[in-house]
Amino acid sequence: MSPDPAEAQDAARPHLSPARVLDVDPLLDDPDTRIVVCCGSGGVGKTTTAAALGLRAAERGRKVVVLTIDPARRLAQSMGIDSLDNVPRRVKGTEGDGELHAMMLDMKRTFDEVVEAHADRERATAILSNPFYQSLSAGFAGTQEYMAMEKLGQLRARDEWDLIVVDTPPSRSALDFLDAPKRLGSFLDGRLIRLLTAPAKLGGRAGMAFLNVGMSMMTGTLGKLLGGQLLKDVQTFVAAMDTTFGGFRTRADATYKLLQAPGTAFLVVAAPERDALREAAYFVERLDAEDMPLMGLVLNRVHGSGAGRLSAERALDAAENLQDPRIVDQGDGKAGLRNSPETQGSSESPTASPTAPDDGSPAGTDDGSPAADPERTVEQLTAGLLRLHAERMQLLSREQRTRDRFLARHPEVAVVEVPALPGDVHDLTGLRDIGDRLAAGRTELS
Amino acid sequence: MSRLQVVSGKGGTGKTTVAAALALALATEGKRTLLVEVEGRQGIAQLFETDALPYEERKIAVAPGGGEVYALAIDPELALLDYLQMFYKLGGAGRALKKLGAIDFATTIAPGLRDVLLTGKACEAVRRKDKAGRFIYDYVVMDAPPTGRITRFLNVNDEVAGLAKIGPIHNQAQAVMRVLKSPETAVHLVTLLEEMPVQETADGIAELRAARLPVGRVIVNMVRPRVLDAADLELVRTVPRTSVARALSAAGLGGARRGGHAERLVDPLLGQAAEYAERYALEQEQRAVLGELELPLHELPLLAEGMDLAGLYELATELRKQGLS
Repeated sequence: MSPDPAEAQDAARPHLSPARVLDVDPLLDDPDTRIVVCCGSGGVGKTTTAAALGLRAAERGRKVVVLTIDPARRLAQSMGIDSLDNVPRRVKGTEGDGELHAMMLDMKRTFDEVVEAHADRERATAILSNPFYQSLSAGFAGTQEYMAMEKLGQLRARDEWDLIVVDTPPSRSALDFLDAPKRLGSFLDGRLIRLLTAPAKLGGRAGMAFLNVGMSMMTGTLGKLLGGQLLKDVQTFVAAMDTTFGGFRTRADATYKLLQAPGTAFLVVAAPERDALREAAYFVERLDAEDMPLMGLVLNRVHGSGAGRLSAERALDAAENLQDPRIVDQGDGKAGLRNSPETQGSSESPTASPTAPDDGSPAGTDDGSPAADPERTVEQLTAGLLRLHAERMQLLSREQRTRDRFLARHPEVAVVEVPALPGDVHDLTGLRDIGDRLAAGRTELS
Repeated sequence: MSRLQVVSGKGGTGKTTVAAALALALATEGKRTLLVEVEGRQGIAQLFETDALPYEERKIAVAPGGGEVYALAIDPELALLDYLQMFYKLGGAGRALKKLGAIDFATTIAPGLRDVLLTGKACEAVRRKDKAGRFIYDYVVMDAPPTGRITRFLNVNDEVAGLAKIGPIHNQAQAVMRVLKSPETAVHLVTLLEEMPVQETADGIAELRAARLPVGRVIVNMVRPRVLDAADLELVRTVPRTSVARALSAAGLGGARRGGHAERLVDPLLGQAAEYAERYALEQEQRAVLGELELPLHELPLLAEGMDLAGLYELATELRKQGLS
């Protein structure tokens, strides 16, 4: 009826759950979407999600770059980004007109590049050889987060890509990735720097003499604490940085604003486990507080079952029926099993293999285990299948409960569930598969 | 048995849970353990279902058999002020430093200082004695940073001792390193039977060994129960669907005829078994990789009811059974 296809599509969307369904394709296709940030706690498949979204966007025609922090080795190899040269590489083997580029962040090199880009050669050399700088850039708390944001800023500034997909560092907490750039920025542009570098400057000003005394005491204290040489290294480093960078805070603020801008979309990635969803809830609240645009939650590794109507309890009861010879109707059951007119008379297609006793000759099998009673073995197996199913149903309801608890707290968050795979993803085919699952929306539990 | 037990592992492997279970397991009769958290996540409080832990050692559990478990969430900022107060009586100056952002700098940005404070506090607890000269804690269990950062974290004092060549920080760093590199310390790695965590475990162990840090045990967490054995898995591939349908029907699950309740269960159940077989094969591969590490291997079961306080005690009992205490 409606001439508006969007509306028709909306009406056709299945209402499987009270949660809003996160539709990734419109997000990836929208030319206004320029940055997608995937965040969440460690071990929830963040990198895989970022790579799968990047591939999907590329195969839908966009020119995409994926910035990963710490990809699994085999995945990195399959994308051709396992060498650390800190520049995006075109990923081969994608389909369609779009392009996929990918890179793995090299923290130290990114930091070095910042220094080289903003300092004259002499000063850059002094900074790069400073022991304090070498430790700082090699990856202590906060540097990775800062450099990820720095790289994002650089990629965005080059304006070569329609879409940048960023994977975030496996921080010790969700806070770090948003806070570290600000902290480092405010430190490098802050009062402590002036303290460390400026006793001379301050001393020159009239009326500041008393302050200068305080300052000397403070640097004295720092010296005592850090050791004279380290303090000197810090001071040299800071002095070099201060004069050449033209305000670290400005850069940090710019990146921060970029994250709040309309072209940015945050996706929180989680698994249906208590800890991961608790971190996710925390992230959702934090993004909201910072006015960062949250698009939704990607819930990875969700289990389903094709036999969802058979409850765990019934499956376990049935398994016991099969295994416990004391069950009253066991004899009948067995008889029924062998001679049931229902099965005998069924028009079952000839899927039966030679081991099938359908032909009325249940004596032995042709697979070299004549001693075993085949029905007995099938019963055992079936009992095992039922126990396996019970386990699956328990897992499923646990996941459901965890997810519902999250949604009760954050009903506004759109969710997409990605079914669990038995193994890891190592190649484009696997990523494409994840992309399809991401776009397909909720797991069908029927 | 080493008195400082460091527990690391890839994110998502449950290292906090294992650290907590280990602290419970080590608190046998008359013993006292301290469970230390260094990442400010309040994971311990959540596990033990208590309020957020302050920067203060407090008793959080009595272990099976009567030992006591204390817990401490180390706050780097408070640890630094503590440290300044303890060694330099710098209370006032500490506050002034804080105002200037120096404390924030020291605990969040300065290379490794934060890690020095965290490892330093843990080592202090290991060495602390009462008036009678007895150790206050029989064991200290640390819920440490993840595998990817553990070597750097523990080795930070070496690096800092190199940066600060003299002065109190240098001395402190060296004292900490003496504990961490001695047999008094054991670093355990928690993993799952999945490719990435296992790979990271192998890499982590290589790094720890290269840094000459003492590697302890590998603990495989959340091991799923063995439901189908090899014979079952073989049979899954060849079994006639009709036989399974009849068995399901005999078990009371409806008709085995095409379209009957039992018959419609066959495909999904066999599908789940095929997934199980695939996962089991992958798990076996990962077991083999772990076997090559030549370290004691332990397995902890996946708890069907999910992780709660009762489950934690269950895991602790399991660890004792496997001889970790």
